[in-house]
Amino acid sequence: MREVAIVGAGMTRFGELWQSSLRDLFVEAAAAALQSAGADHVDSIFVGNMSGGQFVGQEHLGPLMADHLGMAGVAAARVESACASGGAALGLGFMAVASGFADVVLAAGVEKMTDGADVTNVLASAADQENEVYHGITFPGLYAMIARAHMQTKGTTEEDLAWVSVKNHKHGAMNPKAQFRTEVTVDQVLKSSMVAEPLRLLHCSPVSDGAAAVLLCPLDQASKYTDKPVKLIGSGMATSSMALADRKDPATLDAVALSAERAYKMAGMTPNDVQVAEVHDCFAIAEICCVEALGLVAAGQGAKAAASGCTALGGRIPVNTSGGLKSKGHPVGATGVAQAIEIFEQLRGEAGERQVDGARVGLSQNMGGSGASSVVHIYEGVR
Amino acid sequence: MPSPRYWREKPSRYRLDAARCNACGSVMFPRRAICSQCRGTELEPFQLSRNGKVITSTVVHVPPGEFLMEAPYAMAVVETPEGARLMVQVVDCDPAKVGPGMDVSLEFRLIRKEGHGGILCYGHKGVPVG
Repeated sequence: MREVAIVGAGMTRFGELWQSSLRDLFVEAAAAALQSAGADHVDSIFVGNMSGGQFVGQEHLGPLMADHLGMAGVAAARVESACASGGAALGLGFMAVASGFADVVLAAGVEKMTDGADVTNVLASAADQENEVYHGITFPGLYAMIARAHMQTKGTTEEDLAWVSVKNHKHGAMNPKAQFRTEVTVDQVLKSSMVAEPLRLLHCSPVSDGAAAVLLCPLDQASKYTDKPVKLIGSGMATSSMALADRKDPATLDAVALSAERAYKMAGMTPNDVQVAEVHDCFAIAEICCVEALGLVAAGQGAKAAASGCTALGGRIPVNTSGGLKSKGHPVGATGVAQAIEIFEQLRGEAGERQVDGARVGLSQNMGGSGASSVVHIYEGVR
Repeated sequence: MPSPRYWREKPSRYRLDAARCNACGSVMFPRRAICSQCRGTELEPFQLSRNGKVITSTVVHVPPGEFLMEAPYAMAVVETPEGARLMVQVVDCDPAKVGPGMDVSLEFRLIRKEGHGGILCYGHKGVPVG
């Protein structure tokens, strides 16, 4: 396998971007990634996207995006794994370069969620339609059930959940690309409207438009594009049962632990080596479950990790310095690639106010559905 | 929902038809072709008991359009005595009272109505007992 580097990155601001279409968002991010590396060609494009078909009635995004990038002819296809589509696109880009199948690959993600589709129903299509959604459960409802099981078996409190949002909004307030650049208090979170008990509005990531793209190439060709490449040293994907009812313990996300195990093994790293992480906090409970499953905090310590400052900037292991999905925004297909960009900037020392001092090893974790798929990537700076 | 799609699911929704793996004894609901635990392909059909215990739950305040008139309503993962787990709505009670450990009976009810002269869709809901 060849060593793989990220040599360029570009993303749109995340938010309700009414002036931009699905293709506008993609082109803005992809062109910025190419420009940042001074690249004039790619061999392949992987477009992470959960549901262009349901959100705006547009499928077949590979050729559409290659065409609008002025690159018709290039191999291009859409990659889907619900909210982990971006991470899956990055994983396939990594495979293409590592295997020698392609030299220069654009791994991107895009989602246009505010063009009038019934977002609740579209997102619910990442759950089991016949056995879960049919009976009236929503996506926040599934995570609410995970939260209630976590509270029941591990003593997690509503305040613990609130602290995840407070921490991530504090980080996001420093991110010029974030949808919500405002801080929130525990009190505001606990008084926000109820979505699915015990999850309130401010425990939930928003509906967002956005796109993100990174350029990958073999490490030994990276100097053509940048003098600060970031090595992609581990990539792991895993699945778990689709329906929440089929999990022995609804408060444990098996796919996250398994995808992490595979990525750590490939990277030759352990959780203790990770200095900064982007974790899939689609709902506050998800970050609590994921930091434990990734081994970033000890088993049983996830609930208090945000409140204690352990996972805040300046803490032992800063998590979601970008603001996470909660504050930065969650254009579902773009999220996995945007996470990679935050780690890319951190490991190049370019994260500005959000910089984790001296960070050399980072991790991103992107999850689909109620944890039925998960993708983990591990990165190492070359400084 | 086109009627064949609804009709196909009737065995599990109307009768709670499940399957037990002959090789490892695992229970699957609804039935499957391949055992999720050991990949065995000899699966014995049987019907679940119409009762169970709540494993975890929520109260949905922001519902999908089809359930707008019912919110807030309780949803739960319920485990039957055979070890099968189902996603069901829990009704005929204060939704706030539904939580892990609650015993429910599984009763045949209307689940949803398809709009514009579509079909009435049935299945099971949990009702607290005791």
